[in-house]
Amino acid sequence: MTGSTAILKLKRTIPAVGVIATLIAVWWLIVRITHSAIFPTPWQVVTGTLELAANGTLWEDIAASLMRVAVGFLLAMSIAVPLGLWMGWVKGAFSTLNPIFQILRPISPIAWIPMAILWFGVGNASPIFLIFMASVFPMVVQTTAGVHTIEKRYLRAAENFGVSRSTLFRRVIIPAVLPQIIVGMRIGLGVAWLVVVAAEMIALRSGLGYLIIDSRNAGNRYDLVIGGMVIIGLIGLLLDGVMRLMEGLKIVRWRYAH
Amino acid sequence: MRIKIAVKDLKKSFDTDRGSLQVVNGVSFDVTDGEFVAIVGPSGCGKSTLMSIIAGFDRPDTGSVTVDGASGMGPSSKGILISQHGSVFPWLTVQQNLMFGLNGHAPRDKEGIADHYAAIVGLKGFERSYPHELSGGMLKRVELARALVVKPEILYMDEPFSALDALMSLRMQKELLRILAVERHTVVLITHDVEEAIHLADRIFVLSTRPAQIQATFEVPFEHPRKLSSPEAQGIKDAILRELGV
Repeated sequence: MTGSTAILKLKRTIPAVGVIATLIAVWWLIVRITHSAIFPTPWQVVTGTLELAANGTLWEDIAASLMRVAVGFLLAMSIAVPLGLWMGWVKGAFSTLNPIFQILRPISPIAWIPMAILWFGVGNASPIFLIFMASVFPMVVQTTAGVHTIEKRYLRAAENFGVSRSTLFRRVIIPAVLPQIIVGMRIGLGVAWLVVVAAEMIALRSGLGYLIIDSRNAGNRYDLVIGGMVIIGLIGLLLDGVMRLMEGLKIVRWRYAH
Repeated sequence: MRIKIAVKDLKKSFDTDRGSLQVVNGVSFDVTDGEFVAIVGPSGCGKSTLMSIIAGFDRPDTGSVTVDGASGMGPSSKGILISQHGSVFPWLTVQQNLMFGLNGHAPRDKEGIADHYAAIVGLKGFERSYPHELSGGMLKRVELARALVVKPEILYMDEPFSALDALMSLRMQKELLRILAVERHTVVLITHDVEEAIHLADRIFVLSTRPAQIQATFEVPFEHPRKLSSPEAQGIKDAILRELGV
């Protein structure tokens, strides 16, 4: 990167940083003016969160939430990608399974919470099930759509060269669909992160969702409530950033290049 | 000369909202082994449909296409189709694209063969590039090289250079002739560019407007490299354009 583009990049981030700084300043000002006894100042949020980090509970909660998302998401992916490929390739599979998926897909994962508790109790299995339900559908839908939108000229070329079925899958279908799979993963992971927090607020004794609801219940610690929210936001941003890195891989760049 | 491709009385129509549309109406011709034939015709006359049938991707309503005595064969690596829009896989590197059609070789050999053909079409140094990093002309070279790698007996070329600018199109025609001089393929070229046809082909079929029929045949008996400015070539060009009503 040359010096001038670095400066240009810096210049572009100034407005965004300005908005955040203004928001914090206004927040601080309002708390000071109203002399709120219960709503914390930004600085109280920082000290409260540091306290949690120091005694270790913050890290335990982050680890618990991430672990649930990882298990639920990977489980969903291992089912959704093969299923989506199959539904995209085989017309009968699509016409059989697509209607039921289209009905299940708009149901908010939160609506599954009572079922989850009934079936899996209040342990780790419940939120993992919810995360699975949340992320499996977007990934199936994106993968299927990806197969459907493979351009015919590529399939014709593969047919022309008379390649084996496995080569067709490894060299044409999978790489052609990969960009869409990654989009599905990005959506799926985003929803999974939304859902884990909601699930932990209701049924569990650990995790960032639990941290928020517990801080409120145990003595109105709103500094920790807000601290928890900010950390959820930052981790969500980080997860999305990792997915964006995948979109930059050379093998899928052709799809996003224009 | 041995007959390589025998096209007999092909007819094809499509069902549309407004009834059946006859696209190809009784096309017959033979192509001898190693011959280069060009089919020219006005746009929308059914050229691409005809090519699809000849290359085995579509079935005719009636008539037959016989290659080496066998008819009704589907597409195979015996004859590779190179189409206008190209079908170089954007997710594979140049080298991986060239290796795509190679079966039953050791991986090391495949790379060697691929790199050999990359060099032939002037892509040395770009083996590890991805298609979106290449220009339109270079993409055509990849497509051509990928076809040549499998040593096809026939090349079916459907307006292969029409998406390129005039200069690049001319350059690619020269390249194609240079390659054909080394590896003697039978070629069926479809084009709307009369000069391209005269530049490349041994014989030219002129198609009528839809439904397509062969309305005239021209021999092009000149040695390569050809000068299109010669009076004889100009004579053929004028005659073909007259057939096309221009």
